[in-house]
Amino acid sequence: MMTPEEAPLSLAKAPTKRLNMIEAINEALHIMMERDPDVVVFGEDVGYFGGVFRATAGLQKKFGKQRVFDTPINECGIIGAAVGMGAYGLRPVPEIQFADYIYPGLDQLISEAARLRYRSAGEFIAPITVRSPFGGGIFGGQTHSQSPEALFTHVAGLKTVIPSTPHDAKGLLIAAIEDNDPVIFFEPKRIYNGPFSGYYDKPVEPWAKHDGSVVPEGYYKIPLGKARVVREGEALTVLAYGTMIHVAQAVLAEKGVDAEIIDLRTLVPLDIETIEASVKKTGKCLIVHEATRTGGFGAELSALVQERCFYHLEAPIERVTGFDTPYPHSLEWAYFPGPVRIGEAVDRLLKA
Amino acid sequence: MAKGPASAGAAGGNLPPLSLHVPEPPFRPGDPVDYSFLDIPPAGAFARPDEACPTEETHALCHGLIRVLDQDHRAVGAWDPKLDAETLRRMLRTMALTRAFDDRMYRGQRQGKTSFYMKCTGEEATSVASAYALSDDDMVFPSYRQQGILIARGYPIVEMINQIYSNRADKLKGRQLPIMYSSRDHNFFTISGNLATQMPQAAGWAMASAIKGDTRIASTWIGEGSSAEGDAHAAFIFATVFNAPVVFNIVNNQWAISSFSGFAGGERATFAARAIGYGIAGLRVDGNDALAVYAAARWAANRARAGKGPTLIEHFSYRAEGHSTSDDPSAYRSAQERDEWPLGDPINRLKKHLIALGEWSEEQHAAMDLELAEQVKAATKEAEKNGVLGHGLHHPFHTMFEDVYEELPWHLQEQAEQAIRERRIKWPTWKEYE
Repeated sequence: MMTPEEAPLSLAKAPTKRLNMIEAINEALHIMMERDPDVVVFGEDVGYFGGVFRATAGLQKKFGKQRVFDTPINECGIIGAAVGMGAYGLRPVPEIQFADYIYPGLDQLISEAARLRYRSAGEFIAPITVRSPFGGGIFGGQTHSQSPEALFTHVAGLKTVIPSTPHDAKGLLIAAIEDNDPVIFFEPKRIYNGPFSGYYDKPVEPWAKHDGSVVPEGYYKIPLGKARVVREGEALTVLAYGTMIHVAQAVLAEKGVDAEIIDLRTLVPLDIETIEASVKKTGKCLIVHEATRTGGFGAELSALVQERCFYHLEAPIERVTGFDTPYPHSLEWAYFPGPVRIGEAVDRLLKA
Repeated sequence: MAKGPASAGAAGGNLPPLSLHVPEPPFRPGDPVDYSFLDIPPAGAFARPDEACPTEETHALCHGLIRVLDQDHRAVGAWDPKLDAETLRRMLRTMALTRAFDDRMYRGQRQGKTSFYMKCTGEEATSVASAYALSDDDMVFPSYRQQGILIARGYPIVEMINQIYSNRADKLKGRQLPIMYSSRDHNFFTISGNLATQMPQAAGWAMASAIKGDTRIASTWIGEGSSAEGDAHAAFIFATVFNAPVVFNIVNNQWAISSFSGFAGGERATFAARAIGYGIAGLRVDGNDALAVYAAARWAANRARAGKGPTLIEHFSYRAEGHSTSDDPSAYRSAQERDEWPLGDPINRLKKHLIALGEWSEEQHAAMDLELAEQVKAATKEAEKNGVLGHGLHHPFHTMFEDVYEELPWHLQEQAEQAIRERRIKWPTWKEYE
């Protein structure tokens, strides 16, 4: 098995194909179920039907009902059962149909999965990967649009991973499944089928036109805790993840700003080295996330940058986020931290 | 607003006002206690259905009470497990050791050797007899009052005391509240202080066993109070949907700290009767009758192992002591309850049964109690060599940051360095590996 460090080298040689994010996730699940007979996949509608977003399509047919099955509509039970299966020695990959539905399972994640290793001094672990579509921009209203990542990054013992391309989604999901710690794997559903510039009124671009859809065949891992420099630049540093990578990229390209854009990929553990090096180079930092502002992960990023890069900063750190309201249905695009909100923050940074 | 059809009955008007029913226990401090309202059927009153029976055949047992030991201390009826005298003596000894252990640890807490303790006095049968009915490689997901299982499975009591003292020999590295044991080697899952979380986990473990074509089953324990948690519902629904080989034990000891069983729904139905709605087998058993507990646990274990699915067992018992060392039950319940409890004491009842069989005597029992007290005392002395809580003999400092993740991430590394710096400021001569 290759080490994470070797992966990029072998990637260059591996044959590739173009996949959208759903296909990439689906392929990662197929590969891991093939490689490890202890991997099991379950959740609401994931079995015969293959999931409401089709992420588990074909798995039950290929691997059988014992390893891929539907569950009752009970997230506490889904995650609680996964903890028990992990204690047995399986490697469960449960799906929570929408991140907005994960809350009934929070006690099982926070008090149980996250702390099993610590409280049992390593006797029991929870090698679980909880997959869940998250984020808005699909007219999902307040119960199909939330970005609750900060609830999980706050919990000692959990890892939180958010991919922004099909290439990363496959490699990160494989790494998450192989990881012996519980991983929350949030899939930005707005970009399942194509990257998103933030202009909801422009035609949707398919993944096929984006470099991130070039996915190596077969098994590869992207190590958890390693950010990706999407674009090198000198004018300012952008810290983002998921959908907001694409929105920020589009806005900055349009404004012709030579920004360094960093896709965090993993929020915990965080690639602080890459962040620190970049902000010290550019002297300016823009943080973008779709989640609500107060207590969001941007606050943590802002504090870390301030603590580590204060004497290199040439302007106040900017945070662009969703508003502190529930995700509104009809006013979705007024909530979404789109080009106007990002543009304003960029202007303030550049003027400073 | 237009009147709809639903308004026809006219709210208000002459109807009596509604009022909220807030359950109240039958007795409060100072009240005389009379348990004659409890329906206690005689021993041997119920038939024992086939272990593979349709769940409907257990419905009567959800409302009844399986009892084996009668007033004359004989084992009677279809549920008599017909255990040999040697097994009965071992079971009695394990229960007595559990009680001796509880007594010593309770005193240890009062002497300041640890922060907290929880006794299981009066409930020893619900864990010990259940453990005897399982295979040692069946996985148990206990709550906090099942120390009897660990003792039954031969876990060294000196290790239990090390954990209670959070000392440098504590296998859990001083991280857990006292009595929250864990032993993978004894198939004893790490105890959570968040109640009932182990229920869906036990269902999940049992599902995994079935997925892998294993033959082992899971068994889990909660109190009647925490059966109110959503986790219990999650566990029942997963177990029934997937026909998981799991046994659910609800120990109805009447009290959840100061809240009587009425606050978990006990005024309306038995706890065993919840099985009916889920379509799983249910048994209600005299939890102070070790033979009845053993028989019920064996029935459920055999059923699960035969692929016939889960069983819910309500153990009708009484919490003879406070909830924990932090609790004073005289503030909320009548002190007479313990003396008047109609199902007696599980150790005394098994002792009387063995004596009635001619296999035991009061003298042997008294000698055994002395011997067990000495055994616990010796283990306590042994454990104290490794330190007691707060006296400085704990695990090395750096272990505080280990096991949060499999590997130490940078932010915990930084925090560990800070913690060590703080220590050096406070004690300049301190070294990590003393």
